[in-house]
Amino acid sequence: MDMLTFSEKNGELTAKISGELDHFLASDVRGRIDDMMARKMPSALILDISGVTFMDSSGLGLIMGRYTACKSRGASFRLHGADSRAMKILELAGLSGVIQTGSTAKGGV
Amino acid sequence: MKKRPVNEMKLTLPALPENEAVARGCVSQFVSRADPTVTELADIRCAVSEAVTNSVVHAYGNTPGLIYINARLYEDGRLTVQITDRGCGIPDVALAMTPLYTTDSGGERSGMGFAIMQSFTDGLKVSSRVGGGTRVFMEKYLKRQP
Ligand SMILES: Nc1ncnc2c1ncn2[C@@H]1O[C@H](COP(=O)(O)OP(=O)(O)O)[C@@H](O)[C@H]1O
Ligand SMILES: [Mg+2]
Repeated sequence: MDMLTFSEKNGELTAKISGELDHFLASDVRGRIDDMMARKMPSALILDISGVTFMDSSGLGLIMGRYTACKSRGASFRLHGADSRAMKILELAGLSGVIQTGSTAKGGV
Repeated sequence: MKKRPVNEMKLTLPALPENEAVARGCVSQFVSRADPTVTELADIRCAVSEAVTNSVVHAYGNTPGLIYINARLYEDGRLTVQITDRGCGIPDVALAMTPLYTTDSGGERSGMGFAIMQSFTDGLKVSSRVGGGTRVFMEKYLKRQP
C-alpha cells in the first residue's frame, strides 16, 4: 500500500500521508512531495496527516522542511489532521502557533 | 538495596531505518504486559523511536553498525530502557540536547529528538565518548492499575 497519495483542488496540492511517520517513511515521502511541488507549482501545499498513526521528531522535520520550502517559493502551507500527539510535538518545538493547522482535509477530495 | 527486574528484554539490531519500527514495536510489546495507559505507551514508543533513530542517522555514517537495546521492568512499575551504539559519539552532550539543535545541514532534521525523550520520560541520561559511542538511558514510572 502506498503511504502517500496526492490530490489537487483549486490550484492547491494535498499530500496525504498514512502510517507511521518516522525517519524511514519521512525519507521516502519527502522527495516525492518536493517533486510534485516542482511539477505542479501549487499556490498551497496541504499536508494531511489524518491517517498517521505514529509520529516522532523525524515527522516534525518533514513538516518543518515542507513549511520552509513553501515559504521560500511563495506558496502557503497548511497541516491537516494532526491528532493530540502530533500537536504535542508541534507545541514542544514552538510551532503550534506558527504552522496553520486544521482538523479535516478541507482542501482534499 | 537495588531491586531486581521482574522482566527484561535484550535486543540487538543493525542500524537500519526499517529497524526503527521494529525497535519501538518490540519495546511497546514488552511494556504492554505491565498494563500501561495509552498515553504512557505512546510516550515510550516515541522516546525509543528517537533514540534508535539517532543511532541510525547519526552514529555510524555510511558504515554498518549495531544498536543494543535493554529494557527492564520493575515490580513498582518502573521501566528503564537503555539504547547503546558504538558509533561516532557526541563531542558536547549538553549542546546536543539543546532543543532545535541539530548537526544535520540538510534542513530535514528538527533537532527535537532529545527534547522529546526528555519530555516523554521521567528521567533521561546520555553518556557519550567521541569514537566510542553513545548510551541513552531513560526511565518511566508506569502508574499501576488498581
Ligand atoms: N547516537 C548518536 N550518535 C552521534 N551523534 C548523535 C547521536 N544522537 C544524537 N546525536 C547528535 O545530537 C544532535 C541532536 O539530536 P536530536 O535532538 O535527536 O536532533 P536531530 O536528530 O533532529 O538532529 C544530532 O544532530 C547529532 O549531532
Ligand atoms: Mg534525533
